[in-house]
Amino acid sequence: MSTVSVSLTQEGSRKKSFLEEVIEHTPGDCRLSSCIQCGTCGGSCPSGQDMDHTPRAIFAMISAGLKKDVLKSNTPWFCVSCYYCMVRCPQSVHITDIMYTLKRLAIQEKMYDDSKAPDFSKTFIEWVENYGRAFELGLMSMHMIKHNPFGVFKMAGMGMGMISKGRMAFTPTRIKGMDSLKAILNKAKELEAMA
Amino acid sequence: MKYSYFPGCSLERNASAYHVSAMAIAEPLGMEFIEVDDWNCCGATEYISLNLTASYALIARNLAQASKETSTKQLVAPCSACYLNLKKCDAYMKESPSLEEKINTALAAGGLSYKGGTLKVRHLLDVVVNDIGYDAIAAKVTKPLKGLRVAPYYGCMIVRPKLGENGTFDNPEYPTTLDKLLKVLGATVIDFPLKAHCCGGHMTQISESTGFELIRRLIKGATDYKADLIVTLCPMCQLNLDAFQGAMNSHFNTSYHMPVLYFTQMIGLAFGMDAASLGIGTELVDARAALAKIGVEVPEAELVVKKPPKEALPMPSMPEEK
Repeated sequence: MSTVSVSLTQEGSRKKSFLEEVIEHTPGDCRLSSCIQCGTCGGSCPSGQDMDHTPRAIFAMISAGLKKDVLKSNTPWFCVSCYYCMVRCPQSVHITDIMYTLKRLAIQEKMYDDSKAPDFSKTFIEWVENYGRAFELGLMSMHMIKHNPFGVFKMAGMGMGMISKGRMAFTPTRIKGMDSLKAILNKAKELEAMA
Repeated sequence: MKYSYFPGCSLERNASAYHVSAMAIAEPLGMEFIEVDDWNCCGATEYISLNLTASYALIARNLAQASKETSTKQLVAPCSACYLNLKKCDAYMKESPSLEEKINTALAAGGLSYKGGTLKVRHLLDVVVNDIGYDAIAAKVTKPLKGLRVAPYYGCMIVRPKLGENGTFDNPEYPTTLDKLLKVLGATVIDFPLKAHCCGGHMTQISESTGFELIRRLIKGATDYKADLIVTLCPMCQLNLDAFQGAMNSHFNTSYHMPVLYFTQMIGLAFGMDAASLGIGTELVDARAALAKIGVEVPEAELVVKKPPKEALPMPSMPEEK
């Protein structure tokens, strides 16, 4: 008789389902398990046409435990955080917050193949972690060199326009309490790793 | 009235026109702003994609700094993304004791603490229309924006999502506070169907075709409605619609010309303030022709390039020009 793999290993200790994992990593009560698959989210999404799965499909896939397919999907990376789906959801599922959770899990599990969007967030935050404030010129130039070198020419007009109007700083601003901020962020990362 | 004021990174530089005009109208409207001491970036929509605890700790440091101010518990942000991040962090810390405890453990490493619900986080537009009020604003109008057709544009994060007990100060699908404000200033306000649609946020940097399409819809919408200009309340929206309008035009081979100004600049103009003192002239899509309709002259923008401080990183610099 062949053995059937069962997620119940011992009484009371069961491997967490992907649905539970997503809920646990989302702040507040995200109500994901209340999704009724109505599709209002996808119908409200301004960037839905570029997603490989609609948000509704993603939620069904999460419930079905298709972790790899979900974390490989470009869907969360095309979420523009407009929150239309979230205010229209008849079940008040915190859809945008869940998209952020999926981005974090995809980076953590190294599942998402296109590094452009994750790298943009990382470069943005590198300036913040070292100076306490965002630095647009540094972010845009570093991001473009890495992911869109020819875009530099395309965006040159805009960049020069911003500079000539005094809207682009050449240097980042460093906050006074950088040591305190670094201590806070290091502690927070420690706590995150424990979760 | 006194408020703690969180400018945010955009208002330091790319949206300095928003900051300058907000400060210019503060005095006549009786608002006193106390800048949050040594505030840091709110993380925009980026940090939350990388690390949950760190992103909330980053935001909470600002809440902790602002809560040290004893003269007011109202925290005002002019940027919609900062506003939502601060409001969300405060609301979730209040809602979830375990999150509050975790964030405070992190804050303690920097000698700070914050209790969810201590501050009331407000958007600048909310304060202007609800605390100051339309009547008080109308009383100060000396130069009505008569004959100017404007498209009121709210974008996303000022009206969505609904958070906490009080939800949002305006309707999440069909907001009207900015419409009413602009009418009070004397402008002709179009019933802009895209007023709460998305500008695309950071998408110009992630997927150009997605980002430019969202910008195109808004610019086309305002143009179809024969607006002279779009009025906004968020530096990200202004950046996308104004600074990326040229790149969007090249992408679609179109030739739209739709200036984008801040509501604070419109208030200043209606109060008879000088255009340059409101940061008008720093927009990339020229607003002069539109403003000429109401008799406002905009001087040629001066080239403002500050010398980098000595301790700064070596970066290319522009020659100073008169």
